[in-house]
Amino acid sequence: MAVILGLESSCDETAAALVDSDRTIIAHKLAGQEEHHRPYGGVVPEIAARAHAEKMTPLVESVFADAGMTLADVDAIAATAGPGLIGGVMVGLVTGKALALATGKPLIAVNHLEGHALSPRLVDADLGFPYLLLLVSGGHCQILRVDGVGRYARLATTIDDAAGEAFDKTAKLLGLGFPGGPAVEAAARQGDSAAVPLPRPLAGSKEPHFSFAGLKSAVLRASDSGQYAPQDIAASFQQAVVDCLRDRLNHALDRTDRLPALVVAGGVAANGAVRAMLQDVAAQRDMRFVAPPLWLCTDNAAMIGWAGAERFAAGLTDPLDIPARPRWPLDDQAPPVRGAGVKG
Amino acid sequence: MTGPVTMSIASVADMLTFGRQLAAQIRRGDMIALSGNLGSGKTVLARGVLEGLGHQGEVSSPSYALVHPYDPPHVRLPISHVDLYRLDDPAALIELGLDEARTYGALMVEWPERGGPGFVADALHITIEPEGPDARRLTVAVPRSWETRWPPR
Repeated sequence: MAVILGLESSCDETAAALVDSDRTIIAHKLAGQEEHHRPYGGVVPEIAARAHAEKMTPLVESVFADAGMTLADVDAIAATAGPGLIGGVMVGLVTGKALALATGKPLIAVNHLEGHALSPRLVDADLGFPYLLLLVSGGHCQILRVDGVGRYARLATTIDDAAGEAFDKTAKLLGLGFPGGPAVEAAARQGDSAAVPLPRPLAGSKEPHFSFAGLKSAVLRASDSGQYAPQDIAASFQQAVVDCLRDRLNHALDRTDRLPALVVAGGVAANGAVRAMLQDVAAQRDMRFVAPPLWLCTDNAAMIGWAGAERFAAGLTDPLDIPARPRWPLDDQAPPVRGAGVKG
Repeated sequence: MTGPVTMSIASVADMLTFGRQLAAQIRRGDMIALSGNLGSGKTVLARGVLEGLGHQGEVSSPSYALVHPYDPPHVRLPISHVDLYRLDDPAALIELGLDEARTYGALMVEWPERGGPGFVADALHITIEPEGPDARRLTVAVPRSWETRWPPR
């Protein structure tokens, strides 16, 4: 059994965790835990590298104290090396490199998206490869076929906005406050999802991708028209997102070999309507549906530690001069997407 | 040039074309600032510029990550597509490394208002307002550094 220290600082969260290869989350912490209900991300962006730097060392000390362990008990150190805001990424990565250098333990540079992609396996020992992953967060909206550690085929991505971003911006337009996802979901419960005619961008399209920019513009027009209650706009918007996700998932599933499991990760997985739709799609296709607990869907270091454990077990470690990467696609063989002027 | 100039854009395709025309004129050190409400077409214009610089592939919104860098050989000039929408405090701007990015490439910044007073002082500052479902009116503040390059065609 291997114990891995995981470090995450690629966007808004500073986080550290200790996990082991037997799927035990020994300790995990986010900086500013009083703000722990931020399922869609992006409320108070902690973009400042300095703030990440101030928080990282105390966090690492704190997870070791919680675990009753020391650096000597760790087998490898995993740190997010991208994608993300370069200053933030460097804080976690350089901390990881320094600890690796000081202890002589291996460094594992983790792609943040791989952290999300493998996180369901941390909590579900029965989830084997391959599986279909819907990764839906504030910064990403992708469908990936996960064939193994380091083996990803991107089947679809957003050509403009991410789904979580559409939730946040809709919440802002409707004056619902933040975090946007839970605010829209709460308002939607009071509204009629058929009240406002909204587009389903790219639904039914031959190409596989997502688009949410046009939906955002339509929400703005509906809101500006003064004809609709915010609750009805929220409910209709949420239904439009759910319909788009369902359509695109079915498009992907129709074109891949039968996969045993449908898996969701990312903050939008916290949305009840999205989860219900995913359960339904999985049931129709006789697939298992796997969703990690909500705290593991949003940014955290346990998923980085787990991705580190998976890579370590596969013999994948990295040299200490590995650079931080602001852009780092999981599948760099994916064909480029022509997003220009795409209409429903 | 005195005072801002205005122009009309009839469609998404026209906005992309204008972006490509801008791209042909962009130099190291330039900043293009894009103002306009949610859904006004800032990212469409940004996509036109990036395509004009040679980028192939999707242009996703930088709202979450704040900065999306594009580097040669995929584009002819390094350019950072920036979205300050989530920036609450202009003091945090320095953390984004925009000054440094501008010394070796160009910047294209959405929601430049969040950068605080003076942020757009020497930028080509384009404000986009809707005139219909797809039609847009652009108001452009042309700085001295762009005078010989304006209008792009």
